[in-house]
Amino acid sequence: MTAVSAAGVWKYYGDYPALKNISLTVEPGSCLALLGRNGAGKTTLLRILAGLSQPSRGTVSIGGLAVRDPRARRNIGILGHGIAVYEEFSAYENLRLFAGLYGLADPHRAALEWLERTGLDRVKDGLVREFSRGMRQRLAVARAFLHNPHVLLLDEPFTALDDRAIAVLQNLLAEARSQNRTVILSTHQLREALELATHVALIQRGALAYAGERTPIMLEDPGWLYRNYGEA
Amino acid sequence: MSFFRHSVQIASKDLRAELRTKEALNASLSFALVILLLFSFAFDPTAEQTREISGGLLWLVFAFAGALILNRSFARELTNDCLDALVASPVSGPALFTGKCLANMALLVAVELICLPVFGIFYNVRWAHRFWPLLLTLILGTWGITVVGTVFSALTVNLRLRELMLPTLVYPLLIPALMAAIQLTTGLLAGQPLAAELTNWLKLLIGFDIIFTALALGLVETVLMG
Repeated sequence: MTAVSAAGVWKYYGDYPALKNISLTVEPGSCLALLGRNGAGKTTLLRILAGLSQPSRGTVSIGGLAVRDPRARRNIGILGHGIAVYEEFSAYENLRLFAGLYGLADPHRAALEWLERTGLDRVKDGLVREFSRGMRQRLAVARAFLHNPHVLLLDEPFTALDDRAIAVLQNLLAEARSQNRTVILSTHQLREALELATHVALIQRGALAYAGERTPIMLEDPGWLYRNYGEA
Repeated sequence: MSFFRHSVQIASKDLRAELRTKEALNASLSFALVILLLFSFAFDPTAEQTREISGGLLWLVFAFAGALILNRSFARELTNDCLDALVASPVSGPALFTGKCLANMALLVAVELICLPVFGIFYNVRWAHRFWPLLLTLILGTWGITVVGTVFSALTVNLRLRELMLPTLVYPLLIPALMAAIQLTTGLLAGQPLAAELTNWLKLLIGFDIIFTALALGLVETVLMG
């Protein structure tokens, strides 16, 4: 079964079409890099895939289920631009809360496990508002991976991460790939994205300009895709 | 079952966050108390006047104080894009809405229960002997305010002028509920039994709560998804 599927997706903001007839499928275990310039529509597409925004036209499914089906959402992990954790709660309380919302069997244990995996176990009772930027980012990564989602949607995941958070995220992504989980990430960082990706989709002014496997030539020459399929 | 579990989880999260920051609670409570005191000093009403205005005064204070709590309800989710994490989680829109309503209701009822003795002292009104029917009116009226207010809190959360937009949109819709709650409260404080004419206002308040709760539960998913 297809892990993620978008069929004929359009998104209008007023009269402006932010996405134009996007259709793509992502197979389980693959890693799709969503590439495109600023304002191309990558974040809009990721938000629709995550069920955070409704497409104006078209359908989206996760594992064959409508994206707003709670069973589908249980399998999605999202790391967006915001860290999506509460400032007035401790690291442990944040993870405990989300573990509970995702219906994990033992939220307490899951929270402690992910605090340890992201190196936050020593500050588990510290309030997030007192955390450094790097600690917040690692907590956000823990929150996104906490429920072992089958599909990971990552919007510019490496932007603004410190070295330690990048290492944590890279390890988790490698582990996710080895467990046959699906990753979709949008990014400007071509080389890093192409090294991770098995598939590539290039979005240009809201339309899909290229979708297919990541080929060796893309790795050798990261500008190849933009030169051949992008705008001048 | 997950609906109730999620609702309780969201409500307890909101209450815990509010009890830590006390942002909305402090603002709402101090606003309500100051208005009650100012009215008392400004008009120095007689016993007869107090009987006539008691319900209106109390419910207008509660409605305005409620706006301060309701404004924070979804706005607190904007920090760090927490609303995205909630909407992307398996929590359904109606469960998220119900949890927020329960938390808002608990906070507003707490403010109201603190205001009642202050009102009794400054306006020389005996209310304790009608406590249970008054509590019923408070709960029904407050549920009406929180249901409508919470939906519009979600709807206006991304607006720059949301503090202004929320009351502007909510108060006209609340007129039937406020009218019913005002009449009930005035009647009860005047010593009328909860029967005859008051029963009609009670039915109106219950009907308002049921209709707007059903509408809100049906619309909230669309409101959250945009």
